Amino acid sequence: MSEKKQQVSRRQFLNYTLTGVGGFMAAGMLVPMLRMAVDPVLQESSAGDLVNVGLAVEDITTEPQRVDWKIDQVDAWYESKVGKSAWVYKNDNDEVVALSPICKHLGCVVSWEGSEDYPDQFYCPCHGGRYHKDGQNIPGTPPTAALDVYESKVENGMLYLGRAHPRGEA
Amino acid sequence: MLQKLYDWIDDRIDITPLWRDIADHEVPEHVNPAHHFSAFVYCFGGLTFFVTVIQILSGMFLTMYYVPDIENAWKSVYYLQTEVAHGQIVRGMHHWGASVVIVMIFLHTLRVFFQGAYKKPRELNWMVGVLLFFCMLGLGFTGYLLPWDNKAYFATQVGLEIAEQVPFIGEQIKILLAGDAHIVGAQTLTRFFAIHVFFLPAALFGLMAVHFLLIRKQGISGPL
Repeated sequence: MSEKKQQVSRRQFLNYTLTGVGGFMAAGMLVPMLRMAVDPVLQESSAGDLVNVGLAVEDITTEPQRVDWKIDQVDAWYESKVGKSAWVYKNDNDEVVALSPICKHLGCVVSWEGSEDYPDQFYCPCHGGRYHKDGQNIPGTPPTAALDVYESKVENGMLYLGRAHPRGEA
Repeated sequence: MLQKLYDWIDDRIDITPLWRDIADHEVPEHVNPAHHFSAFVYCFGGLTFFVTVIQILSGMFLTMYYVPDIENAWKSVYYLQTEVAHGQIVRGMHHWGASVVIVMIFLHTLRVFFQGAYKKPRELNWMVGVLLFFCMLGLGFTGYLLPWDNKAYFATQVGLEIAEQVPFIGEQIKILLAGDAHIVGAQTLTRFFAIHVFFLPAALFGLMAVHFLLIRKQGISGPL
């Protein structure tokens, strides 16, 4: 053997072959299982249809109002109606703005003028987080980001809302 | 790289002797199909173990999607079969493997029986093997109900009625299994699920450990 070092010995050959065949069989067994397990990660995220929230655009004022609506949620084999809510108003440019009520601090629900001490602000009752009317968080209060904004559109005079996105992403 | 990692660990905790005890031992000539082709009959025990490993792995992955609830069990299985990538394959492995493992364990039993390998001093291992066989049958029976379709439901109905035929305590056994005296339903499904994925596998692992330890302790039976 010593003069032909590059040659593969019988033992090595059998080792490689066995490891190869064994590995191939193990992979054939494990790949379907792993592919099945990671399936949710590889699902294309659905665009999230915009839903009629039952509010006419002409009823939207410059004063934020709370809108509650339901969406049909398909969760694998389980279909259900899920409640959503938003704070909706018209800004100075007459554009409709729909803000998520979920506080960016720890996820409580904020209300417009939720505290008598802070008029013209969104207020979170849990830790006193506050936001300006445009959803920007007020420095010095717990939240570290602005309220999420809903995708929205107006069709036939009615307001349609989709998913809420963090600012800068939407 | 791997060698280095192995050496690093071996340096510290000396695993080589352990590894030798478990895996590094001679296969006797009469068990080696390379010497006598008829020695292939010795493979059925190993094949049973191999298929059992497949069953455990595929079962673990199936529980990622399955729910043991009468409203959702069938729907979750349907979803798994039709919507999840490779779900059909993994469930197929579990479905067919369940039958294959019974066939293999049966062939293994036949080999041991006709070779007389169960005789002294190996009677204990034969008994453990019989318990393993019952475990497997139990796993097959309880797993059959889980898809919660018509076939599963009525097979379990029949199975429970068979259990009821046991003298004196038959009815209690049936109620214990079904969770209700008259209904094959919500409680039956959760019970069968618990038995299928926790109780019987635990028993199976323990018995397998004993089965294998005894083989290592006593060695494989000699040639005919």
